[in-house]
Amino acid sequence: MVLKLTDVRTDLFNDWCPGCGDFGIEASLQLALTEMGIDIDKVVLFSGIGCHGKIVHWTNTFGIHTLHGRTLAFAQGAKLANPGLEVIALGGDGDGFGIGAGHFVHAGRRNIDMTYIVHDNGVYGLTKGQASPTQRLGEQTKSLPQPNINSGINPILLALSTGYTFIARSYAFNTRHLKETIKKAVSHNGLALVDVLQPCPTYNDIETKAWYDGEDRRDASGKAVPRIYDVNSQGYDPVVTSKMPQEDFDRKIEQIFRLSNEWGNKIPIGVFYQEEDRPTYADRILQRIPTYVEMPPAKQDIFGTDNKSVVDLAELSRELAIDATEI
Amino acid sequence: MGDCDLSDTNRINWKIGGAQGSGVDSSARIFSRACALAGLWVYGTREYYSNIKGLHSYFEVRLSPTPVNCKVDGVTFLASFDAETLIRHAETVENSGAIIYNNTVLQTPIEKVDTINMEVRQRVIRRLESGGFTPDVAGIIKEAEGRGIHIYPVQYDDIIGQTAKKLGETQLSRLNKIINVLAASFSGALLGLDRSYMFKAIEQTFASKQKIIQMNVEGAAIAYDFTENNFKEKLPYSIVPIKNSERIYISGNEAVALGKLVGGCRVQTYYPITPASDESEFLEAHEYFNVSGGKGSILVVQTEDEIAAITMATGAALTGARAGTSTSGPGFSLMVEGMGWAGINEVPVVITLYSRGGPSTGMPTRTEQGDLKFALNASHGEFPRIVICSGDVKECFYDAIRAFNYAERYQLPVIHIVDKGLANCNVTITPLDASAIPIERGKLITPDGQHQQPYKRFLFTEDGVSERAVLGMPGYRFWNTGDEHDEMGHINEEPDNRVRMMDKRMRKLETADKEIPVEEKIAIFSDQKSVDLTIVSWGSSKGAILEVMELLKKEGVAAEFLQIRTASPFPVEQVKKYLSRAKLIVDVEQNYSAQMAKVIAEKTGIMIENVIVKYNGRPISLNELYQAIKLVISAPRKNRRVVLTHGA
Ligand SMILES: Cc1ncc(C[n+]2csc(CCOP(=O)(O)OP(=O)(O)O)c2C)c(N)n1
Ligand code: SF4
Ligand SMILES: [Mg+2]
Repeated sequence: MVLKLTDVRTDLFNDWCPGCGDFGIEASLQLALTEMGIDIDKVVLFSGIGCHGKIVHWTNTFGIHTLHGRTLAFAQGAKLANPGLEVIALGGDGDGFGIGAGHFVHAGRRNIDMTYIVHDNGVYGLTKGQASPTQRLGEQTKSLPQPNINSGINPILLALSTGYTFIARSYAFNTRHLKETIKKAVSHNGLALVDVLQPCPTYNDIETKAWYDGEDRRDASGKAVPRIYDVNSQGYDPVVTSKMPQEDFDRKIEQIFRLSNEWGNKIPIGVFYQEEDRPTYADRILQRIPTYVEMPPAKQDIFGTDNKSVVDLAELSRELAIDATEI
Repeated sequence: MGDCDLSDTNRINWKIGGAQGSGVDSSARIFSRACALAGLWVYGTREYYSNIKGLHSYFEVRLSPTPVNCKVDGVTFLASFDAETLIRHAETVENSGAIIYNNTVLQTPIEKVDTINMEVRQRVIRRLESGGFTPDVAGIIKEAEGRGIHIYPVQYDDIIGQTAKKLGETQLSRLNKIINVLAASFSGALLGLDRSYMFKAIEQTFASKQKIIQMNVEGAAIAYDFTENNFKEKLPYSIVPIKNSERIYISGNEAVALGKLVGGCRVQTYYPITPASDESEFLEAHEYFNVSGGKGSILVVQTEDEIAAITMATGAALTGARAGTSTSGPGFSLMVEGMGWAGINEVPVVITLYSRGGPSTGMPTRTEQGDLKFALNASHGEFPRIVICSGDVKECFYDAIRAFNYAERYQLPVIHIVDKGLANCNVTITPLDASAIPIERGKLITPDGQHQQPYKRFLFTEDGVSERAVLGMPGYRFWNTGDEHDEMGHINEEPDNRVRMMDKRMRKLETADKEIPVEEKIAIFSDQKSVDLTIVSWGSSKGAILEVMELLKKEGVAAEFLQIRTASPFPVEQVKKYLSRAKLIVDVEQNYSAQMAKVIAEKTGIMIENVIVKYNGRPISLNELYQAIKLVISAPRKNRRVVLTHGA
C-alpha cells in the first residue's frame, strides 16, 4: 500500500510554537515513512520529554512518549525484545546529551539496529530556554541570565567514539535533506544517529533560521549565503569498512574531527560516518542464541496445554540435583 | 533454653571461615552437597564483607535429619585455614564441639591480624589474658581445649605437597586451590561421613572439568587417609547416611532465576549489585534452554545503570515479552521514576528487589528488611503496584512465577522482595514443580480477537483492566505517555478525564485484591484450636519462627504464625480477622522500625504492642528468637521492643 502523508499523521492539535524547527523534523520524518515502503504497523516511535517529545502523538504509528532522557533505553528494550520492529527513537538535546548522556554512550557500544534522531536546538525548550549541552561556551541565548559557562559537546564525535555506525547531521528546515538522511539512517544496519539542527524561534535567538540560512550575509546579487552546506554533495564519502587500510581510516577520522568542529561561517550537514560491517547487537546475540532472530523474546510461546509452562525445568536444574544414585 | 542442643547424630552446625577469595564458599558447597548426598537436609548461610580478597567471610551449614530453615547460635564444628577464623569464631563453638586448624597459624599474635577491627582484637586479647592464656592463636586453642572442645591440628601444606607428588605436579601453587576441598574432607572424615560422598560431591560440583575433579578427589583421599591415621578418637556426634526423597541444592537467587525462566520471563535487564546480580548471572549462564518442542531463550542485558534497567525492561514488556529486572536498594532508588512510567502506562514489568542493609550503600552484603515501606510507596504521585514477599527458597521460585502473572493480569509493576538472608542461603529442598502455577496473561490480545475500532489501549472498564495490545500488532495502534492521557494514550489534562483515568488505574488494585486467592496473600501456620500467641512476620524470618513454634509447642504454648505474603494489595480483612481475635500478638521483623507492624496499623487500625526487631545485618537465629519470644510471653507490655543482636 502506498502511504500518503495523511496516513501517518494524527489529527491532533499541534501545539509547537509557530516557526519551530520541530515542524520540519516532523514533516521530514513522516515523508520518509511514506516513501520508504516499510510496513507501517512495524514502526514504533519513541520520544523523550521536551518540546520534541510530542512528535509521537502527531504521528500515526505506534508512539511511545517516554521519560526525560530515557528514550534510547526504552527503545532499545523494545528492539531487543522484538527485532522485527522498525524502531526510531527521537530526543531533545538536553534529553539525550544531558540527563540521558549515559544511555547515549552505552547505546553506541551495543550498536543495536535502530535510529536515533536528536532535535538539537541548543536550549531546553520546554523548561523555558535554559542552555542545553550543545550550546557553546559564552553564548547567551534569550532567556539565560548569564552567558553559558560550559563548553558545548560535539554529538558527532561523541557518537564516533562510542560506537555508532551511522552518524549524520541535518537541518530541520532542509526537509529534503533531512528526509533523505532519515531514510538512510533507517535503512542502515546498526545504530544510526541523526543530529538535527533545529531552530527554536522562542528561546534560541542566536542559531535562528535566518542565521543558518545566512540572511545576514548577502552575495553581490543580494542573495543570502547559507551557512549550512552538504558535505556529501561536496564529495565527502562517509563510508568506512573494517577492510580499509589503516591510513585511509585514520585520514577519515581526522576529516570527521575537522568537519564536525566547523561552525560559524560554514556548517556542514550530511553523513559523516557510515560503517556497515561492524556486528550489530543482534549479530552478537546470535552467536550465543541461534534462535534469537526467528524466536526473539516477544515471539516465544511461554505456555502450552492447560497454560503450563513450556520450560524443561528438570534439565535446567540438573546441576542443582542431588544425585546419589551411583554411590 | 529449650531443646536446642544440636550436637547429636545428624544434627550438626558446621562452620567454615577464611579470607574472602580463599575458597570458603566452594568448601561449604562441597561439604553441603556431600552431606545432602548422604540424605541430610542442609541449610547454609553465607556472610561476607563488601570486599573481593582478604577480608573475612564465613559460611555456616546446619545439618538435620528433617528440613530446617534457619540458623542456630552454637557451632558444633569449626573448620579453618587461617588465624582470623579462630580468633573470630572459636568462641562460638560449643563445649563438646570440634575445631580444625592449620598448624602454621599457631604462633600468630592476635594483635597482628589487622583485618579484624581493633576493638574486637582487644576484646579477644582481654578475654584470653583474663583466662590466663597467651594472646595468640595458641592461646585461643588452649582456651578451647579447656572447654572440652576437640582440637585437630592439620598441615594443609603437607597434604597439598603429598597430593602434588601423587599427581606428578611440580608446581605446588597449582594445587593451592584444593585447600577448600581439604577442609571439607577433614570435616567429613572426622564426622564419619564416608569418603564416597565427598568424591561424588566434588564430581557434581566441578561437573565436566575432569582435571579439577581428579586433583580434588586425590587431595580428598589423602585428607581422609591422614585423618583416619592420625585422629583415632571418635567424636560424640556424627553423620549417618539416611534414606531421603529426591532433592536439589539451591540458593534463593537461583530459585528466583528458575522461577523467572519457568514463569516465561524472556528479557532480564540488570546493573550489577549485591545481592541481586547472582540471579542475572545464573540466567545468563542458562540463557538458551530446552522447552517442549524446541529451544527457548532469555535475553539478559547488563545495562549502564538501573534507570536503563527498568526502562529497557519496560520497553521490552511493551512488545509482549515478559520482562523483569533485579536490583537492591540503591538501584531500586534509581528505578522509581521509571516504575512510575510503567505504572501510568499500565505496563507489566517485574522488579525483584533484594533487600540489604541501607540506607545509601549501607551494609551491601548483609541482610535487612528495611525496604518494605519504600517498595510500597516509592513513587511521585500515585499508581497501583503489587508487592509480594517471599519467606523461603521455595516461595522465591513460585512467587517469581506469580509476579509475572500478576503483572500481566493487572497490567502494572510488581515488586518481588527477597531479603539477602534468603537470596544467599543455600538449602536442600524437594524438587520444584514447573506446572504448579499456570501461566496467566490476563487481557493480552491475541491478534485474531475481535475488538472495536479504534482500538483504545486505556479503554475505561469496570475492573480497570483494558485489553492490552503489543507493539507491532497490526490494527492495534496505540500511544503511551508519562503524561496523563486519554483512552487512546494521548496527552489529556482535562479534570474529568484525570479523575476517570486515576480511578480506572487504582481500581485495578481492588480487582487484584478480589481475585488473588487468600492463600497467596497470607499464610497461616497453626495446628491448634485456640492459640495463646500470634506471631506476625514476613520474608525470611519465617524459618526461625516456624522452628520456635515447635519448641514452644513442646512446652505447651500454642502459637500461630501469620505470614504476610502480599503487602500490596494489603489483605486488610484477612489480617484483621486473625489479629482481632488474637490474645497476644508479636511482630517479628528485620528492620529498625517494625515496618510491617506500621503497615498493619495503617491498614487495619490494629496496633501491635510487642515487636521483635533485628537490624545488625545478620539473619535471625533460632536461639535468639526463642528467647525473645519467651520474654514477650512472660511479660507482655505496651510498646515492648526487643532488639536481636546475634551474629558475627
Ligand atoms: C527527571 C526530570 N527532570 C527534569 C524535567 C523537566 N524537563 C522537562 S523538559 C526538560 C528539558 C527539555 O529540553 P530538551 O531535551 O532539549 O528538549 P526540547 O524541549 O528542547 O525539545 C526538562 C529539564 C523532567 N521532565 N524530568
Ligand atoms: S519552545 Fe522552541 S522548541 Fe519548544 S516548541 Fe517553541 S520553538 Fe519549538
Ligand atoms: Mg532542546
